[in-house]
Amino acid sequence: MSDGKGGFVMPKVNVLDKFCKSCELCIEVCPKKILAVGDKANAKGYFTIVCTDEEKCIGCKICATVCPDVAIEIYK
Amino acid sequence: MEKIFGRSKGLTDVPFSFCPGCTHGIIMRLIAEVLEELDIIEDTIGVSPVGCAGFSQDFFSCDFVGAAHGRAQAVGTGIKRSLPDKIVFTYQGDGDIAAIGTQHAIHTAARGEKITSIMVNNAIFGMTGGQMAPTTLEGMKTSTSPYGRNIGTNGYPIDLPKLVANLEGAVYVASVSVDSPKNINQAKKAIKKAFQVQQAGLGFAFVSVLSTCPTNWGLTPSDSMKWLRENMMPVYELGELKVAEEVKSL
Repeated sequence: MSDGKGGFVMPKVNVLDKFCKSCELCIEVCPKKILAVGDKANAKGYFTIVCTDEEKCIGCKICATVCPDVAIEIYK
Repeated sequence: MEKIFGRSKGLTDVPFSFCPGCTHGIIMRLIAEVLEELDIIEDTIGVSPVGCAGFSQDFFSCDFVGAAHGRAQAVGTGIKRSLPDKIVFTYQGDGDIAAIGTQHAIHTAARGEKITSIMVNNAIFGMTGGQMAPTTLEGMKTSTSPYGRNIGTNGYPIDLPKLVANLEGAVYVASVSVDSPKNINQAKKAIKKAFQVQQAGLGFAFVSVLSTCPTNWGLTPSDSMKWLRENMMPVYELGELKVAEEVKSL
């Protein structure tokens, strides 16, 4: 993905810990299978989702589309 | 780096109070994004009912009025008639709009009120503990039908969008689902159309969204989506059930 300056920008998935309830719907739909339940709990005690391999993210937004808590941001 | 997906301006910064995996959040996101895309957040007044959907005023950044159980469309009618320039929508669960609010669901459509109603159908009364609703499927186990809904004693499930589509005043009626990314995108299109119908002042617009209730169904969020696909979709027909002639040109 070009950044318009001759370099490449890797898409990035960012899980907002405040909103994530670890329902795991995103894990199932991720085509690259790079989302997993993390080992850190948020203030409500949910073990929030983490991206296990950021380099593999293609920025398809499917995880964010199914997230019922709007806890996923995608950067590209 | 540029943000290509994030929280819509139509939502507040309050985390949803729903159970993990509840699809209320997906539907609220879609409505919030539509309000933002149509640039009507400031001009919109939502009406919340009783039930899980009754929390909506905390999550949308537009104005909200809380209605008594089942009366959201009656309150919405009053707001729209007194403030015709505002965009008015109701956000109701099936236990609200298809049970105690059935008369308003029918008469709001019959009168052709220029408001938008979104119904969230998860075939159960969610907030009160998973009791049988008018939309509960035949044979479906709930806390008040532990042996499954019996048609002989409990009657048949109500398909509200089909009922409303028969009425002259309803100009746009759609039945959608949020079980998969593809269906979520289609649901957004239907919700957007329902708001555009109101902007154009054409008549009553109604969108029914098939939804899940993992907690009261006793399933994981992922299995709930599967259950919805396998059991609810064959009963509640999806698609645009009614698109009046004047809506087609929108």
